[in-house]
Amino acid sequence: MTDCGSITGTVSLAHGDGGELTHRLISDLFLRYFRDEALQPLNDAALLPAQCGLLALTTDSFVVKPLFFPGGNIGTLAVNGTVNDLAVSGARPLYLTVGLILEEGLPLPVLEEVIAALAAAASEAGVAIVAGDTKVVERGHGDQIYINTTGLGLVAGNIDLGCHRVRPGDVIICSGAVGDHGLAVLAARENFGLEGLKSDCAALHTLILPLLENFPGAVKWLRDPTRGGLATTIKELALSAQVDIILSEEAIPVHDSVRGGAEILGLDYLYLANEGKFCAVVDRVAAEDVLAFLRRHPLSCEAALVGEIKEGSGRAFLRTALGATRELYLLSGQQLPRIC
Amino acid sequence: METWSTNHQKELTARLLVRVKSLAAAIAGKLGRRPVIMEVCGTHTVALARTGLRSLLAGCIDLRSGPGCPVCVTAPEEIDYMLCLARQPGVIIATFGDMVRVPGSSGSLEKARIEGCQIQVCYSPREAVTLARSNPDREVVFLGIGFETTAPAVGLAVKEAAALSLKNFSIYSAHKLVPPALATLAADPDLKLDGLLLPGHVSAILGRRAFTFLAREYNLPAAIAGFDALDILGALLELLLQIQKGEAQVNNAYPRVVSETGNHKAQEILREVFSLAPANWRGLGLIPLSGLKLNTAYEAFDASHRWRLELKPAPPPAGCLCGSVLKGLCLPPQCALFGRRCTPLRPVGPCMVSSEGSCAAYYRYAREAG
Ligand code: SF4
Repeated sequence: MTDCGSITGTVSLAHGDGGELTHRLISDLFLRYFRDEALQPLNDAALLPAQCGLLALTTDSFVVKPLFFPGGNIGTLAVNGTVNDLAVSGARPLYLTVGLILEEGLPLPVLEEVIAALAAAASEAGVAIVAGDTKVVERGHGDQIYINTTGLGLVAGNIDLGCHRVRPGDVIICSGAVGDHGLAVLAARENFGLEGLKSDCAALHTLILPLLENFPGAVKWLRDPTRGGLATTIKELALSAQVDIILSEEAIPVHDSVRGGAEILGLDYLYLANEGKFCAVVDRVAAEDVLAFLRRHPLSCEAALVGEIKEGSGRAFLRTALGATRELYLLSGQQLPRIC
Repeated sequence: METWSTNHQKELTARLLVRVKSLAAAIAGKLGRRPVIMEVCGTHTVALARTGLRSLLAGCIDLRSGPGCPVCVTAPEEIDYMLCLARQPGVIIATFGDMVRVPGSSGSLEKARIEGCQIQVCYSPREAVTLARSNPDREVVFLGIGFETTAPAVGLAVKEAAALSLKNFSIYSAHKLVPPALATLAADPDLKLDGLLLPGHVSAILGRRAFTFLAREYNLPAAIAGFDALDILGALLELLLQIQKGEAQVNNAYPRVVSETGNHKAQEILREVFSLAPANWRGLGLIPLSGLKLNTAYEAFDASHRWRLELKPAPPPAGCLCGSVLKGLCLPPQCALFGRRCTPLRPVGPCMVSSEGSCAAYYRYAREAG
């Protein structure tokens, strides 16, 4: 019989051997939270109705430390990260698979909390978890929980996003303040005692799909600036579209807590990761309307026009508040907090 | 959101910039060259690059970076000693993250970790004490790198370890003191400095008075600066005014943080735990009384006492100009390896590793500067 109370104990190697304990983990824990029909038969593969249009498929692995941080946890991240990769490709996210690698000794209540968060994030995002896998590694051979999610989505026929559409004269819009996730996770991991930080972890398709519907053609390119932050994303765009991009430091939204915290630690917020923001290249003519549209949505009420595309050869620049121009590059190695 | 104060600040900064530039131009006219000002703090180096001040002032002030990054000034033989410690059986090295990738003559701590050595990155020295408590069968060695700003926290960790009578905790003290290094630079005939931008954080510990010898003994103008553009410009203006008048003083342009005599509590801890010792600086060489070693009372926590390792003096990496960069004799892009063989991902010298290092700051913010 399924135990409906909270689960106790720790993960052991037997939870991953495919035998009785694996079975109990699936029925007592996973199926309590993952309730999609396609998953219930527990077949070797999920059978999904064929769809017409372009399929978008993406996969990502999540190894964040600590597992829980202000504004989210590894479970919400594993859903939203993959959903956002689909959304910025113009796809409606439909299905997710979840692969778990658990470290022996992980308390089961911790696993339960992550699974519950994962299931809640998926249901909030309206995506179905349709397949999964669990492995257990020996203690010391993993870091509590690693999660891989693969997402499948559907792109409507009229959507054409990509750097091939980016032209000099277009503008860059950022959907909100940058650096929240990167600094919140770092601060939670290292216990820096910084206040007011919270990850922006969120699923963006409820914002992006209506945007694409309302401004067909005007939105030309989309990307979520995760690792490497806004600066790296913009530099990548400049390189792949072979244009120059100029960002304005004063126009880039950033919360005071992030600006201050990054300054104390000697980090550049332009290179900090985001998990609930996107950058868009938009036709200048539509920019004001796009901004007005975005600012009505709670996930993008701080949206701003942050830069413009120029003729060029793949360079990205920041015009600083003092009126100087400095070049932006791809993040080169991890940013380390300073010593002195 | 734009507020009155941010607008006001912006206006003030713009006005200061104009004044600094015109004053610098007037001085340059008189001297027949741009005034040479050295910033001796890695945070200033990064701030100058990040705000764009360095490029805005490029035509008017010859800004040089000095030995202001604690990782960068760590001598090659000290790095080798750390590597050797890491390879001792049973040892866990606890260190600040910046140190992990600094190359020594037999690899880096990162490489040692790949070989199987235990290297633990800490963000405070007290974490290392906790690490020692939870690993009673291992020896935890904390790498004490830093200036007057970090040393007090290391001192506290040592006191805590002593109070707990920990037998498996020690520190390797490679701490360095800023004023003796400044005296060496001020006395260097090759440098011809016109002024020094003094480090705000170190000054907060030592107080303004600790730097007055610069004006008194070396006739060198100096100003203590904070870290935003307004702070730095304010300090530069004070420096330039002195240079123009031919005066030498030590101005405190960061009075909201720096007092006349500094942070007594931190100084107290330093005195209690450490005593002065000669230290070997990368680029500057051996400077008497410019380092900190543990006092006799705390000798039991001194890693260099526990492991008396014989090491050959290590030559600096071939072609690396870190020494000259740290002395302000050349700028990072003037090093032939800069951005080519030496990048943050594959650093040749420490100046390219540390977040405060001059080469890393130039690489991150002004790669094409050379
Ligand atoms: S570029 Fe590299 S090799 Fe050259 S001085 Fe800087 S750190 Fe040393």
